[in-house]
Amino acid sequence: MTSTAASASDIAAKSSGQNLRFYGLWVIAAIALVVLPLIFSSGGSLTSFSLIGIAIIFALSYNILLGETGLLSFGHAVYYGLGGFAAVHVMNAVAARGWPIPLPLIPLVGGIGGLVFALLIGWVMTRRAGTVFAMISLGIGELVGSSSLILRSVFGGESGISTDRTALPHIFGWTFGPQIQVYYLIAFWVLVSAMAMYALTRTPLGRICNAVRDNPGRVEFIGYDPHVVRYLAYSFAGFFAGIAGGLAAINFEIANSAYLGAVQSGMVLFATFIGGASYFFGPILGAILVTYLQLGLTSLTSVWQLYFGIIFIGIVMFAPGGIAGLLMMHRPLIRAGTLGMVIPSYLVAALPTLALACGVILSIETVARYTVTGGEGNIVKLLGIPFNTTAPATWGIAAVLVVGGFIVARITWRRIAEAWDRAASIARDRGYLA
Amino acid sequence: MLELIVISTLNGVLFGMLLFLLSSGLTVIFSMMGVLNFAHASFYMLGAFFGYQLTKWIGFWPALVLAPLLVGAVGMAVERYGLRNTHKHGHVAELLLTFGLAFAIEEIVSMIWGKSPVDYRVPAALDFPAFTIFSTNYPAYKIFMLAISVLIFVALLIALKRTRVGLIVQAALTHPHMVGHLGHNVGQVFMLVFGVGSALAGLAGVIAGPALVTQSDMAALLGPILFVVIVFGGLGSLPGAFIASLFIGLVQTFAVALNGSLASTFGPLDPSIGPSVLTDIWNVTIAQIAPVLPYVLLVVILIVRPMGLLGTRET
Amino acid sequence: MLKITRVIALALPMLGGAAYAQETIKIGYIDPLSGGGASVGEGGLKTFQYLADELNAKGGILGHKVEIIPLDNKTNPQESLIQAQKAIDAGAHYITQGNGSSVGAALADFVTKHNTRNPGKEVLYFNYAAVDPSMTNEKCSFWHFRWDANSDVKMEALTNYMKGNAAIKKVYLINQDYSFGQSVRTQARKMLGEKRPDIQVVGDELHPLLKVTDFSPYVAKIKASGADSVVTGNWGQDFALLLKAAADAGLKVNWYTYYAGGAGGPTAIKQTGLDHQVFQISEGIPNSDNPAAMEFEKAFRAKVGLSLWYPRAVNEMRMFKAAAEKANSIDPVKVAAALEDLKFDVLDGGSGVMRKDDHQFFQPIYISSFGTRSEKEPFDEENTGWGWRLAAKIDTPQTMLPTTCKMTRP
Repeated sequence: MTSTAASASDIAAKSSGQNLRFYGLWVIAAIALVVLPLIFSSGGSLTSFSLIGIAIIFALSYNILLGETGLLSFGHAVYYGLGGFAAVHVMNAVAARGWPIPLPLIPLVGGIGGLVFALLIGWVMTRRAGTVFAMISLGIGELVGSSSLILRSVFGGESGISTDRTALPHIFGWTFGPQIQVYYLIAFWVLVSAMAMYALTRTPLGRICNAVRDNPGRVEFIGYDPHVVRYLAYSFAGFFAGIAGGLAAINFEIANSAYLGAVQSGMVLFATFIGGASYFFGPILGAILVTYLQLGLTSLTSVWQLYFGIIFIGIVMFAPGGIAGLLMMHRPLIRAGTLGMVIPSYLVAALPTLALACGVILSIETVARYTVTGGEGNIVKLLGIPFNTTAPATWGIAAVLVVGGFIVARITWRRIAEAWDRAASIARDRGYLA
Repeated sequence: MLELIVISTLNGVLFGMLLFLLSSGLTVIFSMMGVLNFAHASFYMLGAFFGYQLTKWIGFWPALVLAPLLVGAVGMAVERYGLRNTHKHGHVAELLLTFGLAFAIEEIVSMIWGKSPVDYRVPAALDFPAFTIFSTNYPAYKIFMLAISVLIFVALLIALKRTRVGLIVQAALTHPHMVGHLGHNVGQVFMLVFGVGSALAGLAGVIAGPALVTQSDMAALLGPILFVVIVFGGLGSLPGAFIASLFIGLVQTFAVALNGSLASTFGPLDPSIGPSVLTDIWNVTIAQIAPVLPYVLLVVILIVRPMGLLGTRET
Repeated sequence: MLKITRVIALALPMLGGAAYAQETIKIGYIDPLSGGGASVGEGGLKTFQYLADELNAKGGILGHKVEIIPLDNKTNPQESLIQAQKAIDAGAHYITQGNGSSVGAALADFVTKHNTRNPGKEVLYFNYAAVDPSMTNEKCSFWHFRWDANSDVKMEALTNYMKGNAAIKKVYLINQDYSFGQSVRTQARKMLGEKRPDIQVVGDELHPLLKVTDFSPYVAKIKASGADSVVTGNWGQDFALLLKAAADAGLKVNWYTYYAGGAGGPTAIKQTGLDHQVFQISEGIPNSDNPAAMEFEKAFRAKVGLSLWYPRAVNEMRMFKAAAEKANSIDPVKVAAALEDLKFDVLDGGSGVMRKDDHQFFQPIYISSFGTRSEKEPFDEENTGWGWRLAAKIDTPQTMLPTTCKMTRP
């Protein structure tokens, strides 16, 4: 008896320490969200932050399906879009009828919109997991996307439905006209939703979702219906995706069929997977990176889609745990104090890998310039050095960088693997790595 | 009315056969390897562009043979250097790899051939009307497409069910280790299967390119409907894919031919109701929703019979 | 110029708030530069850059250099709003866009809201191709100016032409199922009914936008209806595939189109061998027989390597200059005021006017057919050897339509 009591208090002590760290993290996140726009205050950066915030909620909601419950969906944008439309319609109704609903509550409307639809169709959709679920989600996605162009009175055809966020009742003198106010509104909802979704993963429901993902048969044996669990997870995912959609509707002041489309569904899959679906913070990293790449890459190169594809393939092949998985791999090494053993090999590998990357970028841009633009503007600037795309020297340099970089980089990668093995085996000896 | 029925049936069969040509490769890959290849339509596009380029250089008939082989080689490289390494991370990772690949291929194609449609024409030897029915011409090229599709169907069935290679391939899917112990190189078998599947997509591209528009977004246009076909027919079932292709081809064609809407059947709604969802649904014609119908079918079949028409297992 | 340096250096492209000098006039060009619509967007970009170079060579506008900032919107309305914000951040007071009425409507709405919320930092939206009539009717905005004839105006011109053609007896309408296609079909029915009640509309089809791979069933219906003419607003592959299916089935009709000349269109027409059976409504044609315009066309093709698909872009940029000089200012509010009711001699000859009531530009409209050329038609399209031949010119007064616009002015 006493021993169990002691261990229980041990756990309590340990978890209170964890709690402190845990709350600390959220406070830091909150402070960061408040301070960010004070540092970067241009209109463009505010827009970027707002979009990243929306993407974070959307990706986290997607991870309730993919990471937590193991459901691969190709139509998650349906809930994002329906949330957006619900928000826009309610905003217009509030403005027209003078209901006392302030703008900050509108994302909740979006959430309810997503939730209602998820509740309606989720039951049949979640009867099965795996490929069947993936294909139904694809079908539903296409169906809703296409019907949005047919049901004009609800979806406004392809031009969508616009609204005016300043027409709603103001609170604290905030009109929500300026982007900064919208940013803070989004930041608030990002924090609240992220906390709620994190809390969800800690509830018994969250745990049983993991169990359903890993072994639905056993879940059934212990008396739970995997179908019900999947349905609940699906509804929560729909709810939070709807919140993200509602925020997007506030940000853009328009909702249209592009919200519901396959592109949007693909992007959230990208973000979640690149960030890493196995960790809660993975989709956050992914959403930041993908949104940032989308905004930044498109103004730098016309073939951004190719870079997207290459990055995605690279992540799938070399880091299937995503960025979060890569980072978390190092945790046992840090704890065991053996991280120092791998750092030198990283530094050695950095140079040829960078050379390889430069070579790839240079060849892609040269070819793109050569074939797409043709006539004029044949200068590609890389690291400040102008390269003429028609000169054979440029092609030569690109080839040398790619081939040479690859050969040298492979050797250094092997050294990383060796150093990693040594560091990991020590960590294992010290009991930090299973 | 008879005219419309006959012509619609013909058109439906022709379109269905094109769908089958495309989905056969996807089905072969899925039934053998369990990989749902998102980049399949991209291989189809590669086939069309290789076909276009080779036709320019060496003529249509050599291109008809060479271009699919090239696409097959690309497919084998993808399997060898991509999918094989991803295999240990499970099917979702494999699927996502092909997803990324589809992105990359589309951009590479538009880098090389540009974003406008290329001038890929029907070969002169097949550029004549084969027969005329109700004063509508049927081009010989479409009949050629039909013949190739049927040929592929029969050849694939025989290869899989009646040859030794086909048996090894099927065995390798369910019992890879046992097949390996028997002295067969499972890795090579998978590579070959993926290569053949991609080559079939490539063949579809070479043939469909002149009949449709050869453009860098042609993969995105046909991609989703291929999944409908193979899921509807039953994942991994070749006869299922054949029937599903025909069925979807016919459904779409007949839906277009019909003009009916709820308004035309039951009369227009009372105008006092005003514009609402109801009036939208009331006035939409069957022809308008024709391209959406396959997805309705997909959702319905997955709910009613998740293994598809002729599928034997749930996935 | 691509600044890959910045990718490598991981600089923050969206986060820099550099100060921009006011010397140059920056025009944000927001159109698809990647993805499916890119071929169209890139053509437009080259046109505007050519026009900017032309203005700069003659000393710019009131001594200010003109610079075009290319911004890729992927034909997505949300993305366009982000790009518009980027343009404004970069110091642009003018944005121009054309492809996609959904994008146009979103941009017009955005600019209107931006200008009310940021007085003193106004932005004008110059629309060179989004033809949704509502943008100059119920949804009109003081900050939006349109140089392309909207789809109703084009239909007015087309039906005025068809009115005099006694050979047309049975018309079939086939259009894409979205706002543009629908406005084409409703206006065609209405205007044909008013001007030629004897013409029978034997079919009226809407098909989904860019989703149809095989048009044979539609062609079968057209054939069964016995139509002698087809009116279609289809563009892109929806046009090319429709025409291919028609040629395969041996359908012999005349095609009255809005966008037969779009990228890939001429190639498709040549492939099908429909010699002078495909007509297009446009605000200008290469073989216009106007010496100045043909000179411009020649120089443009030599430099850019494309045929001039946007004569309206020429009108837009030249009129912008005229308005700025009239107002003696490059302040957007003053330029907007100067543009209202401004009369202007358009590229292909004749006079046009930017109507004050709705900010729609009215200009002569041309009906032309595509096929084999005579000596009078020096220009071909897409290396097909075939070119446009003038069929009729509809003068400005015959294109005027009333507007329902009730404009709120600042």
